[in-house]
Amino acid sequence: MPNLVEASGLVKRYREVTALDGLDLAVAEGSVLGLLGPNGAGKTTAVSILATLLTPDAGSARVAGIDVVARPQEVRRHIGLSGQFAALDEHLTGFENLFMVGRLYHLGKPRARNRAVELLELFELTEAGGRPVKTYSGGMRRRLDLAGALVAAPPVLFLDEPTTGLDPYSRRQLWEVIRGMVGDGTTVLLTTQYLEEADRLADRILVIDHGRAIAEGAPDELKSRIGAERIEVTVTDAAVLEEARQLLARFAVGEQQADARSRSLITPIAGGMPVLSAALQELQRAGIAVRDIGLRRPTLDDVFLTLTGHVSAPEENDE
Amino acid sequence: MKELVYAANDAAVIAWRNVIRIRRVPDLLVFVLISPIMFVLLFAFVFGNSIDIPGGSYREFLIAGIFAQTVVFGASFTGAGLAEDIQKGIINRFRALPMSRSALLVGRTLSDVVYNVLSLLVMALTGLLVGWGISSSALDAATGFALLLLFAYAFSWVMAYVGLLVPSVEVINNASFIVTMPLTFVANTFVPAENLPPLLRTFALWNPVSAVTQATRELFGNIPPGTPPPEAWPLRHPVLYTLLWVGLLIAVFAPLAVRRYRSSVDKR
Repeated sequence: MPNLVEASGLVKRYREVTALDGLDLAVAEGSVLGLLGPNGAGKTTAVSILATLLTPDAGSARVAGIDVVARPQEVRRHIGLSGQFAALDEHLTGFENLFMVGRLYHLGKPRARNRAVELLELFELTEAGGRPVKTYSGGMRRRLDLAGALVAAPPVLFLDEPTTGLDPYSRRQLWEVIRGMVGDGTTVLLTTQYLEEADRLADRILVIDHGRAIAEGAPDELKSRIGAERIEVTVTDAAVLEEARQLLARFAVGEQQADARSRSLITPIAGGMPVLSAALQELQRAGIAVRDIGLRRPTLDDVFLTLTGHVSAPEENDE
Repeated sequence: MKELVYAANDAAVIAWRNVIRIRRVPDLLVFVLISPIMFVLLFAFVFGNSIDIPGGSYREFLIAGIFAQTVVFGASFTGAGLAEDIQKGIINRFRALPMSRSALLVGRTLSDVVYNVLSLLVMALTGLLVGWGISSSALDAATGFALLLLFAYAFSWVMAYVGLLVPSVEVINNASFIVTMPLTFVANTFVPAENLPPLLRTFALWNPVSAVTQATRELFGNIPPGTPPPEAWPLRHPVLYTLLWVGLLIAVFAPLAVRRYRSSVDKR
């Protein structure tokens, strides 16, 4: 498969801040690349360059085989962009927003109209389609924004934190839609702060920090590199902590950590829920009173801790 | 050729969008229309008795000045509208679309003509109520209104550029006053320019707002018979002088604004 998105050595500086510091990336046709990183890592800057909103200070990028710096207008015909801040007109209705975008992609009036109706239906917004966007909920806005990116059925789609700030239900709904589009052959570059989101949607994940790639791989590869899941137990009495540790030692795939002050025990495991349930039974059989028990999966902070040795960078407002 | 057709199509789409917004946010429109009415009434009744127009009535004199002032003030809507598009982030959607780079600006300046048409209409009606009238031919009167709208259109390009330079609605509203107040007051809009102190008089005589006002007065037949013709060249040829400014403003500020739009970076 050829790469539909390709960038090499992208550099972008804003006064003192270096947003991108020689970023390389590639997205194969029909696949999804998840660009994962904390706030200020350079995700939005990377997407803005690829979507022709910004020009890089150095490096080059091609989208659908077209150079983004030399021929931006042509690139724009092949891309759809949906941002982390829904770029919609509040006072226009959902239908009018999509119709306008269609007309600006130079679809004729009838096609722009049909496409708007189709997309409203796909995103379950038909009923709301005649209302001004300012009456929409956050989830509806995101869906409409994404619909706007799909109007011209572009082969390449850039999604910048498509679900940040959404409730879990809307998030899941949006994931469904994005997976559907990928199933239809769309190439997607997706940025996210959520490991789970990258895990659900991406074929490959590129972890970036301080404008540079620090790891790349399929989600499973990356997760195994980051480390296993763990069981976290809090007991009611610190005196039984050591007993609990010994009981759960047989599930451990790595070093356990007990902390008497917080009466908690961390046990790295493999196998997920069945192991958690077995561990709980074990503790109950021994009569150990458990205040709290849970399965913790690696988070983005864990990714960063493992890959860079530091917790995710402090928030920067260049994104 | 295809490029031109696309550019016209895109500008029309943007203008369509802006006109829908005018309809959906009637509060703004009400405000746009109330302030010129207020100006007509204020000047007619507060200053009207203290300012003497030789051989004519102040109200006859006043209305063309208020027309000119209002369309110049109205241009700040162009700047504010663009600033709002930038603040709300919708400009990023537009910039990622294969639409013409001039469309957002051309569409915006065109749709703002609607504001000016409506406010001229309301002001003309108010003017008629306080004793103003048109005593020229319909063609002359129409030319007068057309000239006002044309000047307003050119001036909205200035504010479009300012709106892209200072993308904040609040700042635009205040900043535009710094430009529009002297332009509309140091002119023959509310008092005859001849009565001003020397330095201000020179400014007023060459001020394009004076020329628009003078041209409009002539075209509406609001100059009392027997008034000596003005001495300053701009006021002796007010239509020509206005058209020169229209050409100049568009030729300078349209390319500046479009270039600024193309290079404006994502500020988020």
